[in-house]
Amino acid sequence: MAEDTAHFAGEEGGQASGHVSPAVAYEAAKLGIWTFLATEVLLFGGLFTAYIVFRLKFPEMFHKDFVHLNRLLGAANTVVLITSSLTVALAIASIRKGKQQLLKLFLSLTILLAGVFLVIKYFEWTEKFAHGLFPGTDIFFSLYFMMTGLHGLHVLGGMLVLGAMLFLAGRGRFSESYHTPVEISGLYWHFVDLVWIYLFPLLYLIG
Amino acid sequence: MEKGRGAGYGVYVAVFAALLVLTGATVAVSYIDLGLWNVAVALLIASVKVSLVALFFMHLKHEGGLVWTFALVPVLFLVLIIAGTLSDTLFR
Amino acid sequence: MTETTANGLAVPENGRSRGYLDEKGFRSWALTLDHKRIGVLYLYTTLFFFLLGGIFALLIRIKLMYPGQAIFSDQTYNVLFTLHGSVMIFLFIIPGIPSGLGNFLIPLLIGARDVAFPRLNLASYWIFVAGILVILGSLFRPMDTGWTFYTPYSAKTGANIAFLSFGIFLVGMSSILTGLNFIVTVHKLRAPGMTWHRLPLFIWGMYATSIIQVVATPVVGITFLLLAMERLFGVGFFDPAKGGDPLLFQHFFWFYSHPVVYVMILPAMGVISEVIPVFSRKPIFGYRAIAYSSLAIAFLGFLVWGHHMFVSGMSKTASIIFSFLTFFVAVPTAVKVFNWIATMYKGSITFESPMLYALTFIFLFIIGGLTGMFLGALATDVHLHDTYFIVAHFHYTMMGGTVMGLLAGLHYWWPKMTGRMLSEKMARWGWLLTFIGFNLTFLVQFYLGFKGMPRRWAEYPPQYQFLNIVSTVGSWILAGGILVMFSNFIRGLFRGDPAPANPWKGLTLEWRTASPPPTENFETVPVVTDWPYGYAKRKPADDG
Repeated sequence: MAEDTAHFAGEEGGQASGHVSPAVAYEAAKLGIWTFLATEVLLFGGLFTAYIVFRLKFPEMFHKDFVHLNRLLGAANTVVLITSSLTVALAIASIRKGKQQLLKLFLSLTILLAGVFLVIKYFEWTEKFAHGLFPGTDIFFSLYFMMTGLHGLHVLGGMLVLGAMLFLAGRGRFSESYHTPVEISGLYWHFVDLVWIYLFPLLYLIG
Repeated sequence: MEKGRGAGYGVYVAVFAALLVLTGATVAVSYIDLGLWNVAVALLIASVKVSLVALFFMHLKHEGGLVWTFALVPVLFLVLIIAGTLSDTLFR
Repeated sequence: MTETTANGLAVPENGRSRGYLDEKGFRSWALTLDHKRIGVLYLYTTLFFFLLGGIFALLIRIKLMYPGQAIFSDQTYNVLFTLHGSVMIFLFIIPGIPSGLGNFLIPLLIGARDVAFPRLNLASYWIFVAGILVILGSLFRPMDTGWTFYTPYSAKTGANIAFLSFGIFLVGMSSILTGLNFIVTVHKLRAPGMTWHRLPLFIWGMYATSIIQVVATPVVGITFLLLAMERLFGVGFFDPAKGGDPLLFQHFFWFYSHPVVYVMILPAMGVISEVIPVFSRKPIFGYRAIAYSSLAIAFLGFLVWGHHMFVSGMSKTASIIFSFLTFFVAVPTAVKVFNWIATMYKGSITFESPMLYALTFIFLFIIGGLTGMFLGALATDVHLHDTYFIVAHFHYTMMGGTVMGLLAGLHYWWPKMTGRMLSEKMARWGWLLTFIGFNLTFLVQFYLGFKGMPRRWAEYPPQYQFLNIVSTVGSWILAGGILVMFSNFIRGLFRGDPAPANPWKGLTLEWRTASPPPTENFETVPVVTDWPYGYAKRKPADDG
């Protein structure tokens, strides 16, 4: 009765021992998050499609309305998110070198910056409401509130995920050799940044 | 397990600096009236920023064809839905 | 004491003693990480909704026997066809084969111990259940828009659309996560030696299906989100009064809902590709053609959604483009049909129930597919749109196609999943009644539609009545067939003969382990050295 576990260097050998090897698990997790990001591209993509359709249909509305958006706050939020992308990348770079304290520091900074983003967004939105500008006001503001709203929900979700990473890091779950969840959380976070990088000019800059 | 990719923090900080500069540029350009070119320039700068984030922060530069495929295929379908919808709305 | 197969794979003599079904108790099912149990949970759930949706259909058909008679109100009729469509599509046919059979079989077929993300798999199921509960909860006010939920009516009706939208969002999320899981599983968890071109064709079909699920479903998610936002916050993308466009809803909706019909059919085609070679005792003809045609269908399916909108007010330019592109999607489908037939040619064909259903699939799907050509052609579609021709077309493809494929798969893999055999006699009676009942119900509807009978109307002019009566009687025979079939299933769960590991003598990996399989699927992970269709070719007549 042969104990038939062949050694394969490639992908197919992942379960030779009956468990998925760490290398395969890491690659699988990475493919998994990129697949999820693909779904997010299509989710936001519907809104971008609507933006294009209506911008071509009502250029004057966009021209008239976008001045109500606070360009500087939008720019500030852009800087906030870009910085948070930096900090999460640094978090991962740190744990790749086994540096636990730096991991926790950079994760905390990322979460903090995400919070700042949401606070700025809160002030922007309440200012709109105070001026009588609501999602139902016209199509431009429908787009503005829908796109920044959906994005904001994703920021919130990211905060929760990164918070979970921070918690696990505090329990010592990550190391130089194992930090897959942090990496895939980071990839998600960068995607949230990517969406904003397009949202910002489309809504705030090119009326 | 993990090859020590990215010698360290330096690359990330450099990319960050570039992103800040580009953000400043796009905001500055938005105050100048270039007509339709505003749109082109803004989208171009945004695309460069997205590329930087994707290549360096998301490590696409070091990934193989499979990950690149997963990253690019959804963009193709996004183009498809935009094109198909516009083939209607632009020609009514 | 265990026997050993030629490549050292141990097959326990008494497979059921360590089978995946052994552990009992609610928690062992509700919190299972075993893909086989999750598949079984999905099968129970989706088959329940198949029966529920069927009851709605029977009620619809009763009303349609007697136009002008108040069996129930027209509004009730509207609710019934909305529920029939919504339940069948979102709660049965989309998850049916992928989440049910797919979950059970994919790791087995590729020689893996489980899917890539077992906990995500469990979460997918409970998200599905949550979506079901929300959808059902939304129904306490009548849902009367039709399953397509077109604006402006869906934005204005009194039904709980926002609530329902959330439910559909959850069900869609489940679909996305399942597809994601399958894609990564196929890429990363194949057994040693299982190259892409040694994969069973069911896997190719499921892989293509998963790509569609991942790419298309988010769009329906945003569609329903926007519909809810219109109702709740006055967001005006679909509202003409605000400059919005009702057709934008249709573009978004059909960008998902057309590819989703390929989510429905590709897994069923995968089942057929497994069953035909086994019951023809012949290698599948054109393996690569069938494999790549699945990918082609998945891609081409994204190019044609506008053919649902030819009479909606869409631009002529778009209509012409979409009609032109629609014809291409028939090509890879035809490739499969030709290859299945070529597989059977000069094979040693036997007609056990899986094969009966597989042959039925081919026959009925050809009819469904060919009638699609009339609909893809712009000029004829203008005449046929929103008539019973459409209803017949999609029932031939979805029921004559997908459901027959599901039934073929259920009959084929029943021994593996349950460790018991079904009654072949009951299976054949069930098949016969189903086949006759199905055709009686739906064949006449092509003619009715061609003659102008509209769909979704509770009343119709008297000249259509005779054929409507025929169709309703057909629905009763169909219901009878399904009853016989499900009785066989129930009997099979408790009183079926114990199944051997490989009752059909198949060559795919699932047959190399016990019926039912142990929790870890294989005693030792198999090493694959050949493709799974190496059935002995028919020998020349001199073999005595």
